[in-house]
Amino acid sequence: MAKAKGKIEIDQERCKGCGLCVSVCPMKVIEFGDNFNNKGYHPAEAKHVDKCIGCGFCYNICPDVCITVYKEVENA
Amino acid sequence: MTFQVVMKRPESLTMREFTYCPGCTHGVIHRLVAEVLDELDMRENTITVAPIGCSVFAYEFFDTDGTIAAHGRAPAVATGIKRARPDLYVFTYQGDGDLGAIGTAEIVHAANRGEKITTIFVNNAIYGMTGGQMAPTTLLGMKSTTTPYGRKAENDGYPLRVSEIIKETRGVAYLARTKVNTPQDVRKTKEAIRKAFLAQVRGIGFGMVEVLSTCPTNWGMDPVKSLKWLEENMVPEYPLGVFVDKVGE
Amino acid sequence: MAERVLVKGTEAMGEAAVRAGCRLFFGYPITPQNELPEYMSKRMPEVNGTFLQTESEVATINMVYGAACTGTRVMTSTSSPGYSLMQEGVSYMACAELPAVLVNVVRGGPGLGDIQPSQGDYWQATKGGGHGDYKLIVLAPSTVQEAVDLTVLAFDLADKYRNPTLIVADGVIGQIMEPVTFPDFVDLSQLPTHDTWALKGNKGRQKRIVAPFDLDPYRLEQMNLALVAKYEEMERNETRWEEYRLEDAEVVITAFGTVARIAKSVVDQAREQGIKAGLFRPITIWPFPYKRLEELSKGKKLIFDAEMNMGQMLEDVKLAVKDNAPIEFFKRMGGVVPTPDEILGALNSKLGR
Repeated sequence: MAKAKGKIEIDQERCKGCGLCVSVCPMKVIEFGDNFNNKGYHPAEAKHVDKCIGCGFCYNICPDVCITVYKEVENA
Repeated sequence: MTFQVVMKRPESLTMREFTYCPGCTHGVIHRLVAEVLDELDMRENTITVAPIGCSVFAYEFFDTDGTIAAHGRAPAVATGIKRARPDLYVFTYQGDGDLGAIGTAEIVHAANRGEKITTIFVNNAIYGMTGGQMAPTTLLGMKSTTTPYGRKAENDGYPLRVSEIIKETRGVAYLARTKVNTPQDVRKTKEAIRKAFLAQVRGIGFGMVEVLSTCPTNWGMDPVKSLKWLEENMVPEYPLGVFVDKVGE
Repeated sequence: MAERVLVKGTEAMGEAAVRAGCRLFFGYPITPQNELPEYMSKRMPEVNGTFLQTESEVATINMVYGAACTGTRVMTSTSSPGYSLMQEGVSYMACAELPAVLVNVVRGGPGLGDIQPSQGDYWQATKGGGHGDYKLIVLAPSTVQEAVDLTVLAFDLADKYRNPTLIVADGVIGQIMEPVTFPDFVDLSQLPTHDTWALKGNKGRQKRIVAPFDLDPYRLEQMNLALVAKYEEMERNETRWEEYRLEDAEVVITAFGTVARIAKSVVDQAREQGIKAGLFRPITIWPFPYKRLEELSKGKKLIFDAEMNMGQMLEDVKLAVKDNAPIEFFKRMGGVVPTPDEILGALNSKLGR
């Protein structure tokens, strides 16, 4: 059976670059970006989003509600 | 195949960006409370009582009516609200200085009376807002701005196990101590918070969750390290578990 | 015809609150006002109200704060040391603009003092008490009937101005029994709902907060200026006093509360001795009737202020009278209640008789 497919979006301006999501992602999807956001942080980016399994670990640990998690579903 | 949203910002949070430090678990706990308010459809009938502490701005982040209580007095303010309007829901959100130092009488008596309110107790073993002084829950040997040589029992007393005290008051309907330093524990904390609110919604009694939390800034370490420090140092001092559960399923 | 009942001052204020539509009372035991919470503990369940004995005066005032946030009429009572404990909460309520009725049955101080009557909390009541720039309307009854009437007024003023109203009753008013007539029960459905600001759940509207602060100094200044404007309105509209035999008086006795009542006897006895005395009795000790007292004092032989404290209202009397007339002061302290003879004797000696 194919692995669950997921997708995340990280709000680049809300992110404070705390790194908690980077540390908990089991698929190493997330890395710090090279650019700065308006707050002066390097926000986290879903650099390898194709590896995402939609587990939601990042969403759960994110203290700033930056992340939206999607899961792939069969069309009806 | 299309993508469907499975996790996103709960409705009970406003759009305001949190004023907390990077990596501070206040934000996680706020989100969990908001998710529970969403799921139990409580938002429009809930009053938020914010404390004095880093989370003094909690009323900005929850999309509910709210107020700010004097330091330590949130359980009394919540009692006043609930006794005036028993049809409304009310929760307090307090830190370890607010609840465990100046507010010890108020939390004990609100719990003892079985006030139908819910308390979220964020324990990060330090005073955050005022810049890192010792809290009642600061660990022995732990340095703070008022224990520069490390907390010593003979001068400063011992870390205070608040939940163990509250456990002894018989008005409590739900009482648990959890932590939020791993995604799995975050989910478990949500379940505890849900039950603490159900204690109020079902009219059973007082509900409280003590959440072991991090304070990277005043612990002097980065957020990821704080998660580990919590595990290694706070968990042995503050046993996790459900102390009282009259809520059931 | 409303019936007259013999009732103790503390209980009378409790019943008056019930008549005024108050259905919520929080309180902590402290002498000499325990009969008020005790009365409320019996009476509130009779009228489907709520009584709660709290764990401290600190908790009490914060419960009052919370209840007031919902726009519900709420009351508490205490005595001097307990009122000291409430000061942070009172300051919070003034900043957040929350209505409530507070009663201080004043006892001898400072410190633990004693449990006898005193007027030693005048400064605390009228010049602050808590931190920051704020005022409360402070009502000082001098009979049990007046305590009843002023309790009802206190609720109306609190709602009108969104501010706590303080009733300062010395221990005598608290403890004596007098015949009173209670007003009719207020129709609860006619009470102010405070729907524009109270916390009632944000169904169908934007959320709102009741905030005892603003961290932005410019915004906090605006908040304070609005409060100042409110207090000025109170000064214009709510100043109350009584004048007794002042029409042709040469000597004006100034006093409040129980001492004013004693002073009425002094006025009458003085008159019999040929002294043209009269009494000026502030009923609102804040806002203080400066203008009227200033007018009255012009050309008077003597202003004679009598209090059960070291000279607290005396300062306001001096502010009002300025150079218009000489001022003398009579005091008893520590919870000692003066007799009319004592006061008259002192008056005579100040008049050189």
